[in-house]
Amino acid sequence: MGWNNLANKALNPIISLIYPIPALGWLPLLMLWFGIGEILPIAIIFICSFFPILYNTVTGIKNVGKNYIFAARMLGASDLKILSTVVVPLALPNIFTGLKLESGMAWRVIIAAEMVAIPTGIGALMMKAESLIRIDIIIVCLIVLGIMCLSFEKFFAFLEKKLTNRWR
Amino acid sequence: MSSIKLKNISKYVCKNINLEIFDKELLVLLGPNGAGKSTLLNVIAGLIDYEGSVFFSNMPVDKVPANKRRIGYLFQELNLFPHLDVSANIAYGLRVQKQPQDEIKDRVEELLQIMKIKHLSSRYPKEMSGGEKQRVALARALANSPRILLLDEPMNSLDYRTSKYLRTEFKILQKKLGITTIYVTHNFYEAEEMAERIAVLDKGRVEQIGSPKEIFFHPTEAVNDFIGAPNILTCDYCNRLSFGLIEVKCGDISLVISSEREKIKKVAILPEDIYLSDTRPPGPDVNRVKGKLSEIEESSSTVCCTVITGKNSLKVKLPQEIFASMSLNISDEVWLILAPRKLKIITDGE
Repeated sequence: MGWNNLANKALNPIISLIYPIPALGWLPLLMLWFGIGEILPIAIIFICSFFPILYNTVTGIKNVGKNYIFAARMLGASDLKILSTVVVPLALPNIFTGLKLESGMAWRVIIAAEMVAIPTGIGALMMKAESLIRIDIIIVCLIVLGIMCLSFEKFFAFLEKKLTNRWR
Repeated sequence: MSSIKLKNISKYVCKNINLEIFDKELLVLLGPNGAGKSTLLNVIAGLIDYEGSVFFSNMPVDKVPANKRRIGYLFQELNLFPHLDVSANIAYGLRVQKQPQDEIKDRVEELLQIMKIKHLSSRYPKEMSGGEKQRVALARALANSPRILLLDEPMNSLDYRTSKYLRTEFKILQKKLGITTIYVTHNFYEAEEMAERIAVLDKGRVEQIGSPKEIFFHPTEAVNDFIGAPNILTCDYCNRLSFGLIEVKCGDISLVISSEREKIKKVAILPEDIYLSDTRPPGPDVNRVKGKLSEIEESSSTVCCTVITGKNSLKVKLPQEIFASMSLNISDEVWLILAPRKLKIITDGE
């Protein structure tokens, strides 16, 4: 979408329509389609993370200076080569911004889904603890959740630093 | 033999441009901002659509895409890939064309050596100075052994000394490689230093093509507006001094010029290269003239003065604030200094 204007024009209206729907809004439909199993949380995480990461990637690709593309073209690169060797590497900082933001958001959404619909996982455990008035379990769950969000974000930050720090 | 031929090229400001660049020639495209110089380079490179035809070695290339035209392009902003180190930047063109690894390595080594940047091979663009980046960008442009080299105001961001040094080096390299080159600049002195021929472009039209001397001494009216009409003095007398210096007399004006030739016919200098002072300048009395201010023409940022010195009349251009600080009036006495390095000469046989 960021590279090809035609793809952008064709897909942008559809994505703009779907993007505002909250990830939890898809839950009833996904439960009917996939049932309550292993695939359901994966589908929820995918829907929650896909659009913000897509938007960040598209923005990153669009922000790559035209001059770099011209330079690569003058050096004999085809469009596909330019995309893979110049545009995507230069869009990495934006792509990582999306990944870092969504790594935390995905955890929040999946916990909410587990609280209301999925009978396993940290969310479901917190709901059970609430019914048994086990505050200690709830607090431990919250701490685990905080650590998970933080470690995922730090993991992507580390990866970003590893891949882009030398040249940025 | 013509290497590049442009026939009726029209794009943006450029209108019906016809231009021929000879094999192994270094042609300078000279013109003010917005004259269409970069547009013309982009047309030759095939980076933009255009009307008209481009020929390389008499073969039309209008349908050949930019990545297949075998052109080395040194952009104004250099456009070194920030995510690749120097070696990878230079090797980029060879890699995308799937050259064997050994050949890529050898070619990169060779270019690092030619451009004297071996010590920079593992640095990233952000870790280099402007002059170093310039060398890397040139090495990258030459890596694919292009048949044509386009340089779009490549020295713009460099200081005077570095840019002069690189220009001299580039000129030697261009001669050595024998590559047809188009060099774009808006600076006449840069053009004069580099060019075998200069094509002056203004408002999308080629106004004049010729050797630097032809352009300087016989500018057309449009070229006059851009580089300024020079003061041309006819020499009455020449006397050879030692160390390659010649003393010439043009009416009441006596000048010392650095030249190997003895017979100088004419001397010329641009109005902005003459310094004007309301008091006698200190220092040795060489290339200085006393005169009388006869005319003052003020424009937005500059003042053009006409100074009568005996039978000669010289135009002098100076910034508005400097002129204002001297509080000069018509008929006042002034001193002129003619910068020796800026004097151009025409000798017998030219």
